[in-house]
Amino acid sequence: MAAHLKKRVYEEFTKVVQQQHEDLSAKKLRLTKPSKSAALHVDLCKATSPADALQYLLQFARKPVEVESVEGVVRILLEHYYKENDASVRLKIASLLGLLSKTPGFSPDCIMDDAINTLQNEKSHQVLAQLLDTLLVIGTKLTENPSVRMRLVEVACKHLTDSSHGVRNKCLQLIGCLGPVEKGVAKEAESQAAKDVQKIIGDHFNDQDPRVRTAAIKAMLQLHERGLKLQQAIYGQACKLLADDYEQVRSAAVQLIWVLSQLYPESIVPIPSSNEEIRLVDDAFGKICHMVSDGSWVVRVQAAKLLGSMQQVSSHFLEQTLDKKLMSDLRRKRTAHERAKELYSSGEFSSGRKWGDDAPKEEIDTGAVNLIESGACGAFVHGLEDEMYEVRIAAVEALCMLAQSSPSFAEKCLDFLVDMFNDEIEEVRLQSIHTMRKISNNITLREDQLDTVLAVLEDSSRDIREALHELLCCTNVSTKEGIHLALVELLKNLTKYPTDRESIWKCLKFLGSRHPTLVLPLVPELLSTHPFFDTPEPDMDDPAYIAVLVLIFNAAKSCPTMPALFSDHTFRHYAYLRDSLSHLVPPLRLPGRKLVSSPVSPSITPHEDPSQQFLHQSLERVYNLQHLDPQGIQELLEFTIRDLQRLGELQSELAGMADFTATYLQCQLLLIKALQEKLWNVAAPLYLKQNALASAAAKQILEETYKMEFMYSGVESRQVVIIHHMRLQAKALQLIVTARTTRGVEPLFGMCEKFLQEVDSFQRCFISELPQMQGSFVDKLLDLMPRLVTSKPSEVVKILQTTLRQSTFLHLPLPEQLHRASANIIEPTGESDNPLRFTSGLVVALDVDATLEHVQDPQGTVKVQVLYPDGQAQLIHPKPADFRNPGPGRHRLITQVYLSHTAWTEPCQIEVRLLLAYNSNRSKAAAKIAKSTWNESPEALPQPENGIEGTIPFSKPVKVYIMPKPARR
Amino acid sequence: MLDVVYCFILIEGQLVTEIPKSSSGHHKDAAEQTPSRLERRFPDFSYITQNGRLTDFLDCVIISHFHLDHCGALPYFSEMVGYDGPIYMTHPTKAICPILLEDYRKITVDKKGETNFFTSQMIKDCMKKVVAVHLHQTVQVDEELEIKAYYAGHVLGAAMFQIKVGCESVVYTGDYNMTPDRHLGAAWIDKCRPDLLITESTYATTIRDSKRCRERDFLKKVHETVERGGKVLIPVFALGRAQELCILLETFWERMNLKAPIYFSTGLTEKANHYYKLFITWTNQKIRKTFVQRNMFEFKHIKAFDRAFADNPGPMVVFATPGMLHAGQSLQIFRKWAGNEKNMVIMPGYCVQGTVGHKILSGQRKLEMEGRQILEVKMQVEYMSFSAHADAKGIMQLIRQAEPRNVLLVHGEAKKMEFLKQKIEQEFHVNCYMPANGETTTIFTNPSIPVDISLGLLKRETAIDAKKPKLMHGTLIMKDNSFRLVSPEQALKELGLAEHQLRFTCRVHIQDPRKEHETVLRVYNHLKGVLKDYSVQHLPDGSITVESILIQATAHLEDQGTKVLLVSWTYQDEELGSYLTSLLKKGLPQSTS
Repeated sequence: MAAHLKKRVYEEFTKVVQQQHEDLSAKKLRLTKPSKSAALHVDLCKATSPADALQYLLQFARKPVEVESVEGVVRILLEHYYKENDASVRLKIASLLGLLSKTPGFSPDCIMDDAINTLQNEKSHQVLAQLLDTLLVIGTKLTENPSVRMRLVEVACKHLTDSSHGVRNKCLQLIGCLGPVEKGVAKEAESQAAKDVQKIIGDHFNDQDPRVRTAAIKAMLQLHERGLKLQQAIYGQACKLLADDYEQVRSAAVQLIWVLSQLYPESIVPIPSSNEEIRLVDDAFGKICHMVSDGSWVVRVQAAKLLGSMQQVSSHFLEQTLDKKLMSDLRRKRTAHERAKELYSSGEFSSGRKWGDDAPKEEIDTGAVNLIESGACGAFVHGLEDEMYEVRIAAVEALCMLAQSSPSFAEKCLDFLVDMFNDEIEEVRLQSIHTMRKISNNITLREDQLDTVLAVLEDSSRDIREALHELLCCTNVSTKEGIHLALVELLKNLTKYPTDRESIWKCLKFLGSRHPTLVLPLVPELLSTHPFFDTPEPDMDDPAYIAVLVLIFNAAKSCPTMPALFSDHTFRHYAYLRDSLSHLVPPLRLPGRKLVSSPVSPSITPHEDPSQQFLHQSLERVYNLQHLDPQGIQELLEFTIRDLQRLGELQSELAGMADFTATYLQCQLLLIKALQEKLWNVAAPLYLKQNALASAAAKQILEETYKMEFMYSGVESRQVVIIHHMRLQAKALQLIVTARTTRGVEPLFGMCEKFLQEVDSFQRCFISELPQMQGSFVDKLLDLMPRLVTSKPSEVVKILQTTLRQSTFLHLPLPEQLHRASANIIEPTGESDNPLRFTSGLVVALDVDATLEHVQDPQGTVKVQVLYPDGQAQLIHPKPADFRNPGPGRHRLITQVYLSHTAWTEPCQIEVRLLLAYNSNRSKAAAKIAKSTWNESPEALPQPENGIEGTIPFSKPVKVYIMPKPARR
Repeated sequence: MLDVVYCFILIEGQLVTEIPKSSSGHHKDAAEQTPSRLERRFPDFSYITQNGRLTDFLDCVIISHFHLDHCGALPYFSEMVGYDGPIYMTHPTKAICPILLEDYRKITVDKKGETNFFTSQMIKDCMKKVVAVHLHQTVQVDEELEIKAYYAGHVLGAAMFQIKVGCESVVYTGDYNMTPDRHLGAAWIDKCRPDLLITESTYATTIRDSKRCRERDFLKKVHETVERGGKVLIPVFALGRAQELCILLETFWERMNLKAPIYFSTGLTEKANHYYKLFITWTNQKIRKTFVQRNMFEFKHIKAFDRAFADNPGPMVVFATPGMLHAGQSLQIFRKWAGNEKNMVIMPGYCVQGTVGHKILSGQRKLEMEGRQILEVKMQVEYMSFSAHADAKGIMQLIRQAEPRNVLLVHGEAKKMEFLKQKIEQEFHVNCYMPANGETTTIFTNPSIPVDISLGLLKRETAIDAKKPKLMHGTLIMKDNSFRLVSPEQALKELGLAEHQLRFTCRVHIQDPRKEHETVLRVYNHLKGVLKDYSVQHLPDGSITVESILIQATAHLEDQGTKVLLVSWTYQDEELGSYLTSLLKKGLPQSTS
C-alpha cells in the first residue's frame, strides 16, 4: 500500500514538472514577440478550451501594460469577448477591461462605446455586473465630461430592472458615483435629470433584495458626498428603512437620516399618531437614539457615533438621552446619581448603608410610563451599558462631542462619565478620562464625584493614572475639602507608585494655581505649623513633602497673603526648590526678603526677551566680523559657541534655537580650522597629520549637518539651503583631502564627476534661494562651473581649495520656532544591580518606556538600539501601536525589546538607546526635486544612490545588566 | 405542539426548593393545593396527561437553565413519573445541572431526612436522556418539530428556545437578562417573528438603575473596609451571582494592586468554577477576548477557604454559602465577626422573611441564636442588589427584537404583569396574555398554507418579475386535504362543469340628431382618441369593438334625436366595460364639424 502511494506521489510530482516546463517555453516565446497585444492575440487564438483561455488571461493580468499599447490590447480583448461562449472567460475579460482603463495616462473614452455595446447582448448576470463595474471605472476616469456621465447613467438606469441583485447593485453604484449633481440652473434638462436620479435611487429603497437596498442608500449618500442636495422627501422613506430586517440596510439608513438631519435641521415633521410637529433634527435624533438599542452591534456603534455630531438638536431632547425613569413596583424611584446629589446638597454625609435607602417614593401614573419611547430617552444610558465595548467607546465619544458644545449637558453627563471610570475594559476607562478632560472647562466636580474620580488613582495601569493626572490638572474643584481629598489621594498614589512623581508634581502645580483661595485655609494644616510650638523641619528630599510645597507655592503665586503663614524653613525650602525644580515652582514675591527672581511680566513678547536679544546679538557679532584674522575668528567662534550652549541650558524655550546655531557655528569653526593655510603648505610627509585632522573635520561636519536637518522640528527651507551648503563644503573638503593623499588620477575622475553632479543637483533644488547666497562658496563655484567641467581633476581640486578659502560665511536665518528632538528613557532606569538572567539562545523581553519630544512621525523614525559588550549592535523597529501621543509635540514609547545572546561567564552591561533614523531622500529638498522633475524630464528621476540613510542617537544610553546563562543539559 | 410549551412551564413553574422564592408566586397555587408532601415539592404533572403515559403526550422536554426552580423536578419527572423522550439543554446546563441536583438531593435526603426522593442513580439515568444543543443550532426533534437555542444571559448556559412546527413558532425565554454583567453578555434574539413569545416577567414593573453605580458602591464599600483592616463577609448562593462578584472583585484587586486575601468557601463551587473556565464562549466580550492571555476564572487573588482562616487577623474578604445567612458556613462566620464594628457583611440578594439575613437587613441589632444566646451585631450591614433578570425595559426590548405576533407573560406576579400587559398591547399593538395556572389560552395564528400551482398557469401569469408580489387569477381547488391552484378551464374540466358566460349590457342615451351611422362614427372617433392603448375597431355591420366589448347604436323609437348605445361586455372585462360606460355617459364632445 505504502509503495503504491509513493508511486502515486511520484507520478503526480512528475506531472507538475512537465507543466512548469510548458509554461517556461510559452513565456520565452512571448518575450520575443514585438508587441503585447499581438502576443495576447496569439495566445487567445491558441487557446482550445475556456480553461486555457482563462489561464492565459490570468497570466496576462499579472503584468503591467504600457500606456501606448492599452488600446490595442483592449481591441483584441473585445474581439475575443464577442467570440467567447464561456461566461467565466467573458467575466475575466470584462474585469481586465476595467483594470486596463485604470492605467495611468490612458484616456478610456475611446473604448467606452465598445464597452457599452457589449452590454447589449450579454445574458450572464455576473458578466453584466462586471461590465458595469468596468463602466464605473471608465466613468470615474472621465468625470470631467458630463455627456459621458449622462450616457453611462442612462445605461445604468436601463439595467436597473435586471433580475440579479449584483447587476442592480452595480447600476446603483454607477448612478451614485456618476449621477449629475450640478445645481440645475444653467440647463433645464440636467436639473430634470438630477431630480430623476434621486427618484430612481429612491425607488430602490424598497427593493426586495437587502443588498440592493443597501446599495441604493449608499448611492444616495455618494450623491450627497458629491455635493447634491438631497430632497427632504426621502426622509420618510429612510425612516421606514430603520426597521429593516438586515443590519447593513439599517446601518446605512442611520447614516442617511443623519445626513438629512444635517441638511434640513429646521424643517418641521409631524409626529405620527398625534397632531404635534417637531423639528426634523429632533425627530432624527430621537430615531437614531432608538437605534442605540438595536439588535446588531454594528448598527449600535454607527448610531452612537453619529449622535455626537448632531449639535443642533434642542437641549430638551439632548437631556432626555441621560434620563431613564426608574421605577420599582410601579413607584417612581430616584437614580443613584440623584440620591448622591441630594445627599450632597443636604450637607449630610453619605449614609447609603441602610437597606431600603433606595426605597421608591411616590406612586406613578401607569399611563404616563413609556417603556419604549419614540424619543431619545435613555439612549446614552443604554449605550454606556452596552455589551460591546466598541459601542461604549462610541457612546463616550459622542457624549464628549455633545458636552463640548453644551455646558448644561456637560454638567448632566458628568455622573455617567464618572461611572465609566470603572469600566472593565481599560480602553473605555482611558477614553472616558480623556473625554472628561476635554469638557473640564464646562464643569465643576462635586465632592462625591471627585471621590469616585480619585479612587481610580490607585489603578495599576500607568496610562490610566497619567491620564487622570492630566484630568486633575484642568478640573475645577468646588470646596477646600475637595482639594484636600485630591492631595491626600495623590500622595497615596505617590507612595504606591513612586515612579509617578513627576506627573503628580505637575498635577499639583496646576491644582494649586487654579484654586489659590481654596488652598489658603489648608496651608497651616498642610505645613503642619502651629501657632505656639515649633514643629520639626520636614525632610527636604521627601517627594510627598515636595508635592505639598508645589501645591502651596503655586497657590501663593496669586494669593499674596499666603506667605505670611509660612515658617522659616519653608522659605529656605522655597529657595532650594525654585532652583532645583524651576519648572514646577513659580517665582514668588516674598515679604521681608529680596526678590529671589525678578518676576517676568507676561506682557513682554518673546522678541523683547533679553535672552532672545542676547542670542541675536551674539549671532550678529559673528556674522559681521568677516575680515578678522583667522586666529580672531576662531576665538570669537569658540566663545560664541560656548555662550550659546550655556544659554540653551538656562533657557529651555530657547534651547532648540541656541543648539541649532551653536551646531552651525561649530561646523564653520571646524571648516576654518581644517583650511588653515599653514598646514596645507607643509611638506608632503607631514600631510598625514593634516590629513587626519581635515578628514575628521569633514566627517564631523557631515554628521552635524544631518543632525541639523533631521533632528530639529520647525526647520524651514531657508535653513535647509544653508545646511546643504555646509554639507557641500564638507564634501569639497573631503575631495581635496583625498586628492592630496591618493596617487594617480584615475580614482579622482570619478570623485570629481560625482562632486560636480552634486553641485548641479544643489543648483536645481535651490534655484530660488541662490540670489540670497551672494559671495558664498556655491555662488563662486557656479560662476566657475564651465571651467570646472572641462578641466582636469588636479585643476578642479586647486580651484576648490581657493574658493573654499575665499568664500564668505553664510548668515543663518532663524525660524520662529525651533525645537530639538529629544528622548528620555524612563525605563529601564539603569540602576539595577540584579542582572536579568535568561537561558542563552532564548530571548528575554526588556520593557522600554521613553518619552519623546518634538519628534515628527515617530512611528517611522524612532528606533531602539541595543549594544552588546562584544560590539554587536541590534536595531529594533517598535510597532506603530507602541507610540502614544499624550500631547502636542510629545510622544511616549512603551515597547518591549527582545534580547538574546550566547552564554556569558558573568553578567555584563548592555546599552540601550534610541535612534532617530533619517533618509535624505525623504527630506524636504528631495521632495522638491521629485516634484520639479516630474513634468519636465521624467528620465532624470532623483538618484536613489543619493539617498543616504543613517541614524542619529538622540537619547542618553541606559545600561542594563544581563546574564545569559548556558543552557542546562 | 403547545403541549411541549405547557410542559415546561409546569416543570419550571414552582418547585419548593430550600426556601420558597416569593417573586414567582404565580404558579404556586396549584402546587400548594395538592396534599402529599412529595407532590407539593414538585409540580403536579397530572395536569398534562390526566391519565396515561407522559411520553405519549410530550414530544420533548426543554430545560432553559440550571437553576433549581427550572430543573429541580427533572429526575422526578423522568424517572419517577416516567418520561422516556428526549430532554434538551445547552452544554453548560448539562454539565452543571447534575451537580446542583445532587446537592439538592443531599440536603433534602441526608440532612432533612426526607424519603421518597429521587436517588443519585436517578439523576444519572435522567442525564443520560439529555441531548445537548449548541446556540443557534436547529435541532429536528421529529418530522415536524424543530427547536433552536438563543443566548439568554442570566446564568452560564441559560438559553431561550424557539420551537417551530411548519411555519408556526413559539419562543420561550426562560429567565434572561438584557443588560450584560461582569461575566455574561446580554440576551439576544434575531427577528424571528414567532407567533407567540412566552417571556418571564419577574421585574414587570421595575426599571433598574445602571449597574455601574451598584458595582461601584459595592467595590467602594469592600475597599474601604479592607483598608480599615476590617473583614468582609459576602453570603452567596454557589452559582451564578457568586461568579459575577468574584470576577468583579478579582479585576478590582488586580487593577488596584490590593493584597488582602479573598476566600471562597469550597465544595460545590470548585466544581462549578471548573465549568465556568471551560465554557468561555458563553461568557461576555471581555472574558472571551482576554482568555488567551489569561482565563478570568482562574482567579489569582481568590483562594479556597478553610474554617481556620476565619480567626486570622487582618483584613480579608470571604464569600460563603448559603446566601441568606440561615445556616451553614456563612452563618458560622457571621457569628464570629458580628461583634466587631470594623467588619462588614454585604447581602447581595433578596432574603426571605425569618432568616438571619432578613432580620439584619431590616435593622435588627440583637439576634437570638440557638440556645438562647443573644448575638449583638456591631458590624456594618449592607445591601446590594445584583439580579440577573430583565427589567421592564429589557422585556420590551426583547419583544422589539423578536417582533412576535402574540406575547404571553409567565413567571411573575399577576398585579405587576397586568401593567406590563397593558404596556405591551399599547406600544406594540400585539395581543398579550397572562393565563393563571390551569387556565387555557387560545391564540389564533395566520398560518401560511402551501398551495400547488400548475406550471402552465404559473408561466402564463408571471411573465418577468418572478420575485415581486403579483396578483394572479386562477381557480383554487380544495380536495382531499390538498390545495391546488389551476386555470379556470382546467378546473371546469376536472370538475366536469360547463362554462357559463356572464355578460353585462348597458344602454346609454345620447342626444344626437344625426343619422345612426354618423353617430357611430363620432363615437368611434371619440373612443379612438381617448383609448389610445386599446384596439378600437369599426366593424362593417355598424358596430364598434373595443377589445372584446361591443357597442351598437340604434335610434330611439320615439325620439329620433336620441340615440341609444348598447354596450355589452363579459365578466372578465368588467373593469374596462364600466369605464367605457362611464365615459360614454359623459356624452360626446361637441364636435367641430
